[in-house]
Amino acid sequence: MTEHPRTAPSGSEKSLAAAINAERVTKVFGSGKDKVIALAEVTVAIQQNEFFTLLGPSGCGKTTLLRLIAGFDHPTDGVIMLHGRDISHLPPYQRSVNTVFQSYALFPHMTVAQNISFGLEMLGKSKDHIKKTVGDMLALVKMAELRDRRTDQISGGQQQRVALARALAPQPEVLLLDEPLAALDYKLRKEMQIELKRLQHETGITFIFVTHDQEEALTMSDRVAVMNAGRILQIGTPRQIYNHPVERFVADFIGSTNFLAAKVLASEGRSARLKLSSGKEVKVELPEGMVPADRVTAVVRPEYAQLFAKDQNNSDLRGVLENIVYFGTDTHYHIRLPDETRFVIRRQNRLEDTETFDVGQTVDIAFKPNSVQVLRD
Amino acid sequence: MPQNKAIMSNLEEEARRRSTRRSWLLSTPALLVLFCAASGPLLIVLVYSFLTSGEYGGVVWEFSTDAWFNVVFLRDIFDDTLGLADAHLRILWRSVKLSFFTTATTLAIGFPTAYFIATRPRTTRNIWLFLITIPFWTNLLIRTFAILEMIRNQGLINMVLLNLEIIDSPIRMIFTDFAIMVGMTYVYLPLMVLPLYASMERLDFNLVEAAYDLYASRSKVLRRVIIPLVKPGIIAGSILVFIPSLGAFVTPRVLGGGKKMMLGNLIELQFGAGRNWPLGAALSITLLSIVMIALLVYVRTIQKDSDGLR
Amino acid sequence: MTPGTKKRKPFSLKKQPGFGFIAIACFVMLYAPILILIVYSFNLGENIAVWEGFSLQWYVSAWHNEAVQDAALRSLTLALQASIYATVLATMAALGTTRTRPFSGLTAIYVMINQPLMVPEIVTAVALLTVFAIIKTATGIQGMIYLVAAHTAFCIPFAYLPIRARLEGMDLMLETAAADLYAAPWKTFQRITLPLLWPGIIAGAMLAFVISLDDVVITEFVKSSGQETLPTYMLGQLRRIITPEINAISAVLVSLSIIVVGLFFVIDKKFGK
Repeated sequence: MTEHPRTAPSGSEKSLAAAINAERVTKVFGSGKDKVIALAEVTVAIQQNEFFTLLGPSGCGKTTLLRLIAGFDHPTDGVIMLHGRDISHLPPYQRSVNTVFQSYALFPHMTVAQNISFGLEMLGKSKDHIKKTVGDMLALVKMAELRDRRTDQISGGQQQRVALARALAPQPEVLLLDEPLAALDYKLRKEMQIELKRLQHETGITFIFVTHDQEEALTMSDRVAVMNAGRILQIGTPRQIYNHPVERFVADFIGSTNFLAAKVLASEGRSARLKLSSGKEVKVELPEGMVPADRVTAVVRPEYAQLFAKDQNNSDLRGVLENIVYFGTDTHYHIRLPDETRFVIRRQNRLEDTETFDVGQTVDIAFKPNSVQVLRD
Repeated sequence: MPQNKAIMSNLEEEARRRSTRRSWLLSTPALLVLFCAASGPLLIVLVYSFLTSGEYGGVVWEFSTDAWFNVVFLRDIFDDTLGLADAHLRILWRSVKLSFFTTATTLAIGFPTAYFIATRPRTTRNIWLFLITIPFWTNLLIRTFAILEMIRNQGLINMVLLNLEIIDSPIRMIFTDFAIMVGMTYVYLPLMVLPLYASMERLDFNLVEAAYDLYASRSKVLRRVIIPLVKPGIIAGSILVFIPSLGAFVTPRVLGGGKKMMLGNLIELQFGAGRNWPLGAALSITLLSIVMIALLVYVRTIQKDSDGLR
Repeated sequence: MTPGTKKRKPFSLKKQPGFGFIAIACFVMLYAPILILIVYSFNLGENIAVWEGFSLQWYVSAWHNEAVQDAALRSLTLALQASIYATVLATMAALGTTRTRPFSGLTAIYVMINQPLMVPEIVTAVALLTVFAIIKTATGIQGMIYLVAAHTAFCIPFAYLPIRARLEGMDLMLETAAADLYAAPWKTFQRITLPLLWPGIIAGAMLAFVISLDDVVITEFVKSSGQETLPTYMLGQLRRIITPEINAISAVLVSLSIIVVGLFFVIDKKFGK
């Protein structure tokens, strides 16, 4: 029958070979006028024991990529490798990859325990092994008391945990999670996020997580790949993605940011000196692979800028305060710059704050040079 | 890489071809049985209608259009004049007439009934559905027989009326067109109610509420809102009643006796005592054609409806 | 709905005048003849309008009537065979025509499967009579096989529809999940598809059984002499003297229908969705 397809190369090689290697993967649906390019030459290497997130808006291709890794569809072009082995065209039941579906897809005619044991049964494991593993899994997701319940009689959160246990039981090399927390309410989602992190650490299995929720991506992942329109725009740690976005889309999609037009005065290798529209000069490091240009766009996060009353000599920008929005924990200041663009500053409210500002007041903005990130554009 | 692309799209094609092949493989046994014992024989009937009638039934394999001719016309055997086949036309007319009336009556009775069921609370609705479904699954013959027992000369109605001395002698109800119509209405009523119910169950009563809000009276709401919205159900039910009525055989046989024949009985006659298989075949094809036309009208109306509503 | 004042009844959104009355009258009219039939099967006397006392004699005489026994047995074996064959074939056809990518022959297949529903029974009966006559003279084969084939054929669409409905309502993801969990296609079918499809298959089989049992027209045409089923026997009896034996047989058949329909509703409720 089906053997457990875990034919990884030898130990040391395995630790070097990425868990999943997608090379120039392309997926095209339909043809002619109805052609849809879901993925365009996507290349990414996901490491062993990594919590890796595919982040992007609906239709960006993240789910398609997941399906290709799982085996529910075949790439039109390109290669997908699992620990060095080409699995691009293997059927899903021959890949050591398991999926947690967005709708959970629990088998309604089976109990919780039977759902969890299903993969193991298909692999032909011994009854003892199955019994022990199911017990372990139930303990892992804390569902032991519900083991004989039918799956249509448990709550959404419980179903989600059963789906997890079911996918983890056969000890796959990679676990795929397709927006598994989307159907849960806020509190439950927060709890499950912590749970998932813990599970990944305990099992050591590579998790590939798909979501459109950037907060989720930032809090849970070791690394994030931001996708849009069938392409991967940037891969990095949450901190890298947040502080150093290199694409306009990434800067805009993750958190909110301020866009500043700037002119390049001089550049040497990766270093460059920019002149911002307000006149202030600043020294920055250009992102990799950037085509040299005269005009660039720079971004500054709202929380990295500071607000002063007028007459600060080392202000970077000057503008008129248009709007003050109070959020409880923060206050947002919306400032209109001379070139009619908006700049938003986010300031955490502290009890000892005494300075007040009024709408219509001219204010000064200051930010550190290393908070300026140039976009690759 | 371009070569890979060609291989990849070939794999897609392969998958699609395999899926189609699988579909055919799975469907073929059923199709085979159906072809041999349902669809195929229809072609034979068509062929038979163009053959010559055999002496003792059956056919002689000689081409002839006599059968088709005899559907409508009659050649007098004595003086060879051409006339209309009165009996045939009368039977044809009776079939169409009775089918229309049956459809109308079942609609008149079935519409309020279906509405009633559809407006019951969810808990009791299943019981009503259960009750309306049972006659549907009861043998046609038994139901016809039940009507026979009611309306024949020594049947229940007459006996009760006689005993109560309301009448002197039994009212002649059996073996009339009326009897056949009562029988067919009784037998086909569930066939009208069920599709009507299906349509009404989907009725969005918010629309009705909106109509009342806009000063419509109950009858106006019925005419202008409810009926148009359940039109698909009305048409489906009408088709489901009209078609079997047209080809009814058992009910006219039992309730009409030998005298009041419908198309089904006429056809049967040709294969029995009438010994004119080609004529029977021609009549069958005629019946089939009328049915096909009715179905086409139905499909066309449904398409137009769904286009209009979009 | 506007809330009612103390004395006025609240406005009923769904009420239409007279509809309730007609509906109830309809139900009464539908059941009265059958119920009367059944009641008089227990009548001691022969005359339908004269109640002479309670008696099971007609049931007994029907039970011992050899012709009835023969017909009943034949009806049951025929229905059993036809429903089993039809259900198997319909299941395969449903699997082949549901949830697949559309291909050119699909509509044609669908039409052919449902064709017995669209053609008046008498036409099918005539068609089968002619074809079987040819085959009989050509091959000399006699026996029940013609009836079985005919019944199987017109039972297929009745078995097909509930199975297809159930298949379409099934979550596609479940089979994908099974494949993800190392189940090869056959195993997926065996462990996931089939168990979930089972209520639909049962429903289809029951429907086919009842349809076969009830058939009059096609059986009447296709049968050779001596091959009576219960309905054809009853039809024949209607030409002669009608004894309440017919009532008794009818009562039994009606009870059978009630049981089957009841089972159908129970299954639907239990496994629906």
